[in-house]
Amino acid sequence: MAVFGSGGSRSFGGRGPSFGFRFFCYAIVSVVLMFYDQRGTWLEKMRYGLQATIYPLQLAVNSPSAAWRWMEESFATREALQQEVDTLRNQLRDQQLMTLRQAALESENATLRGLNAALPEVIEKRLVGEVINMETSTLRQRLLVNRGGNSGVYRAQPVITGEGVIGQVYRIGPFSSEVILITDSEHALPVQVLRSGVRTIALGTGRSTSLELPYVPQNYDVKVGDVLVTSGLDQVFPFGLPVARVTKVERDPTQPLSQIMAVPLAKVESEREVLFIWARPGHPAAPASAEALAVEAPAK
Amino acid sequence: MNMAQREPRWAVAFTVLLALILQALPLPTWLEAVRPSFIGLVVVYWAIYAPHAGGIFAPWLAGLGYDVFKGEVLGQNALAIAFVAYIAMSLHQRLRNQTLIQQSLFVFAVLTLNEFIVWGIQGWSGHAVSTPWRWIQPMIGAMLWPFIALAVGRTHRRA
Repeated sequence: MAVFGSGGSRSFGGRGPSFGFRFFCYAIVSVVLMFYDQRGTWLEKMRYGLQATIYPLQLAVNSPSAAWRWMEESFATREALQQEVDTLRNQLRDQQLMTLRQAALESENATLRGLNAALPEVIEKRLVGEVINMETSTLRQRLLVNRGGNSGVYRAQPVITGEGVIGQVYRIGPFSSEVILITDSEHALPVQVLRSGVRTIALGTGRSTSLELPYVPQNYDVKVGDVLVTSGLDQVFPFGLPVARVTKVERDPTQPLSQIMAVPLAKVESEREVLFIWARPGHPAAPASAEALAVEAPAK
Repeated sequence: MNMAQREPRWAVAFTVLLALILQALPLPTWLEAVRPSFIGLVVVYWAIYAPHAGGIFAPWLAGLGYDVFKGEVLGQNALAIAFVAYIAMSLHQRLRNQTLIQQSLFVFAVLTLNEFIVWGIQGWSGHAVSTPWRWIQPMIGAMLWPFIALAVGRTHRRA
C-alpha cells in the first residue's frame, strides 16, 4: 500500500525528521543535480534513462490531439480526399519535371569538377520520425519526435523536412528525441545566400515564422527573396540544404549592419513528420569536421 | 484527528500525476502563457490537508518529472516545488483554519515564489528569456485555487 516512504501507521508526533530537515535534503539533491546537469556530462546517461520513463507520459499527453487528428482523417469526405490526391498528383508532376534533367546536370557538374563519375547524394541515410509534441512559445521552440537512440539518432543530428531545415537533435532518449528548432531563440545556424554566396548566421527569434540575420554588413549583397542554404561550416549540417527566404532587408545609414529577416521554408508549426539525416562522410558537401576546419584556418 | 487513519497516498499519486499531465498538455500559445502551475496547486493542497501522505518526496518527484518532460535544467522545478511544499507544510495547521478564499492569498504568494525560483535558476543557467506573462500565472492559479481544492478534496476522506 505504501507508495511514498514508509507505512502510515506511525503516530503524528514522531514521524521521523522534520519538514525542514527533509526539505533541506531534497534541496541539496536538487542543487547537485542542477550543477552537474549544467557542468558535467555524467548526468547525460541518467537523463537518457529518465527520458524513457517519462515517454509514456509524453505519449499520454499527446493522445487527445492525436485522437482528434485520427477522427478528422477518418471522417474526411470523399471530395476532400479526392482534392488531396489531385494536389499530390500535381506536386509529383512538378517535382518530376524539376528532376528530369538532374542526372544530366550531375554528370555535367562532375566533368566541371574534373571527376570521373558523378558524386553520390550527400544524404546517405534518412529516417522518418513522427512529431509527438510541439512547443512553440517565445522561450522555447522544440519538437518531440518518436525516434531516439535505439534508432541510431545522435546528438546534434540535422533534422529536415521536405521543404528545408527544421532543426537539430538537442537531447535524446531511447525512444524519443528532442529537436531544437531553427526558430528557437537559443539556436544559431550558419547559412549562405544561394545567389551571392554571402555567408552569415541565422538566429532564431522565438517566433516560428521568422529568423534574424543580424551580422550582415550594409554593403553585402542580400536582397528580399534570396534563398538561404546551410553553409556546412558548423560541423552539423551538410552544405546546401534550403533554410529560409529573406523577407525584409533594412539598411539604416546610421548603423553598420543591415537589419535582415527571413522566413523558414519548412512549415515549422504544422509539420507532423520530420527526417533525420546522415551525411555521407568525406563528401565535399558533408559538414566540415573539427579537424578539417582547424587545419584549413591557419593556411589562409 | 484520527491518528491511525491511512494516509491518502494513492490519491496523492493520482492527483499529482494528473497535475503533471495538465501541466504538460500542449496548448495554444495564448492559453499556454496563462496556464498556472497545476503541480504547485495540487502540491499545496496535499501539504495543507495531508502533509504526511506524500511528504516532500512526491512534490519533488513531480517537479523532477516536469524538468525531464520540458528538457529544462534537471532539478529546477523540483527544487521550487519542494520549497513550495515545505512552506505550505510548515504553515498547514494555520492554513487549515482559513477559508478557501483566504488560502488563495497564500497560494498566490507561494506560486509567485515558485515562479521566482525557477526564473532565478533559468537566469543562472543562461536561459534567461522570460515573458511578463509568467507573473500573471500565479494570479490565475490563486483564482483557480478554490476549485482545485474542492476537486482534489473529493479524492480522499477529510480527517
